[in-house]
Amino acid sequence: MLQNKPVSLSDTINECGDPSGCFVEGAERRLTLSQLVWGSSIDGRGEQLRGRSVVVLVADQLTAASVMLELDGIARRMVLCPPDLPLEYLPSVIAASEAEAIISDRGPMGPEALPLLVLEPSISKLNRQVCDRGAQCETEWILLTSGTSGPPKLVQHNLSSLSGAIKRGSNSSKKIVWSTFYDIRRYGGLQIFLRAALTGTSLVLSSATEPPAAFLARAGASGVTHISGTPSHWRRALMSPAAKLLDPEYVRLSGEIADQGILNQLRSTFPKARLAHAFASTEAGVAFEVGDEIAGFPAVALEQTAEVEMKVVDGSLRIRSARTASRYLGEAGLRPIRDPEGFVDTSDVVELREGRYQFLGRRDGVINVGGSKVHPEEIEAVINRHPRVEMSRVRTKKNPITGAIVVADVALKVAVERGSPEARALQHDILLFCRESLASWKIPGAIYFVPSLAVAETGKLVRRDA
Amino acid sequence: MEHDKQLPPLTDDLELLDSGLDSLCFAVIVARLEDVLGVDPLSSSEDARFPVTFGEFVSAYENAAK
Repeated sequence: MLQNKPVSLSDTINECGDPSGCFVEGAERRLTLSQLVWGSSIDGRGEQLRGRSVVVLVADQLTAASVMLELDGIARRMVLCPPDLPLEYLPSVIAASEAEAIISDRGPMGPEALPLLVLEPSISKLNRQVCDRGAQCETEWILLTSGTSGPPKLVQHNLSSLSGAIKRGSNSSKKIVWSTFYDIRRYGGLQIFLRAALTGTSLVLSSATEPPAAFLARAGASGVTHISGTPSHWRRALMSPAAKLLDPEYVRLSGEIADQGILNQLRSTFPKARLAHAFASTEAGVAFEVGDEIAGFPAVALEQTAEVEMKVVDGSLRIRSARTASRYLGEAGLRPIRDPEGFVDTSDVVELREGRYQFLGRRDGVINVGGSKVHPEEIEAVINRHPRVEMSRVRTKKNPITGAIVVADVALKVAVERGSPEARALQHDILLFCRESLASWKIPGAIYFVPSLAVAETGKLVRRDA
Repeated sequence: MEHDKQLPPLTDDLELLDSGLDSLCFAVIVARLEDVLGVDPLSSSEDARFPVTFGEFVSAYENAAK
């Protein structure tokens, strides 16, 4: 969207009205939105960052929120590093973003940061900002996404592309308190942070160091009404009795395929909530939301989604809208994010079944079993429907006969003793369950019961396929 | 068995392809044997020859266990 004069995030919040009525809460403290808008966690040194490319590498989400509010409209470019960024990748992030400054609380920086201006933020010493907050430029917002291997890719957005799906205007009718399992440096979390900030609603942030049950209890106690996360976030949350402390009006899933199992589980856990699963990605932006509580999305969504054009080419979903990212920075920038017509190929493979598109998984996540393609997510969706299964991960196992077979790691709601007759019976039962709805090559060769499955900082199931 | 297949008597000279099991079944058998025995003799070297008969299949595992 073209604007004559850039409008920063803090400008917009101030225009919305008095931000002192809403709060942003981290695991350790709660601040009003106005404290965040007017305060500086970098000792009022924003002036030194004017027009510069700045890497933001901080542990705490509230600090990150403060820095984003301070830098937007001032810095030329702001690179939002997730807290788990391995430091070995920092030099490539600095190089790709042509960084001139770094805001970091990771202690002394290595030689890669030597030529940079280094600022150490502190959210506990929030000074009233001295620097003029008026937007001077349209800041580039850079998000990191994991590449297939090696350093992350840097994806360029701006405030306008990031907030394209957010309907401004008052939410006056009811008090809304947002929360998200995501970190706000990730696309899914950033959406919620911006949504809360731009619509004048409160926000409860998660923390990587806080146990899931403690976060759920805090969110419940803070009156969270709207909450988002990936299906894996939600499966993990539902394993905790503390999930019952939440009483949300709106539950949103995004970032992974929402299978019927998790939709059904959320429905029974939160009978009053409106459930929606959204399709969005860092590169493609927010595309659409599905509210009918059925996995996949109606085919008519391709034509009938306002402001977003979609098409399926070679089996994968392509998206064109004002919400897509513009490019990758650095070497990855040699490959454009958008095709010549402006469409972003999501690499998410969909298949039309009875008027509804189902997600089959990532194009690159395909497992080849004796020449037949298998999308792990499709099998996981079936296994996850089994009443005793909490979550599952289907992976490839090398095989001398078919090249690969699929096997499944399964976390149960109630664990069984390994090797016991009960465990064997349950393995058999899950396999029967798979056989009812999957082609033979998609049936896991083995079911392994595991105590739990790792969910990455991204909120997505950790996949470690060979 | 899980697949409700009727198998012929397993003799040493029974050809695997005549056993009524398809390649996918064998793939699964090999994977599960590996889970139990800790070895997959058919993958242990690049040029391991795939057994033709049930007897060869068994001896591949016997040799691996030695």
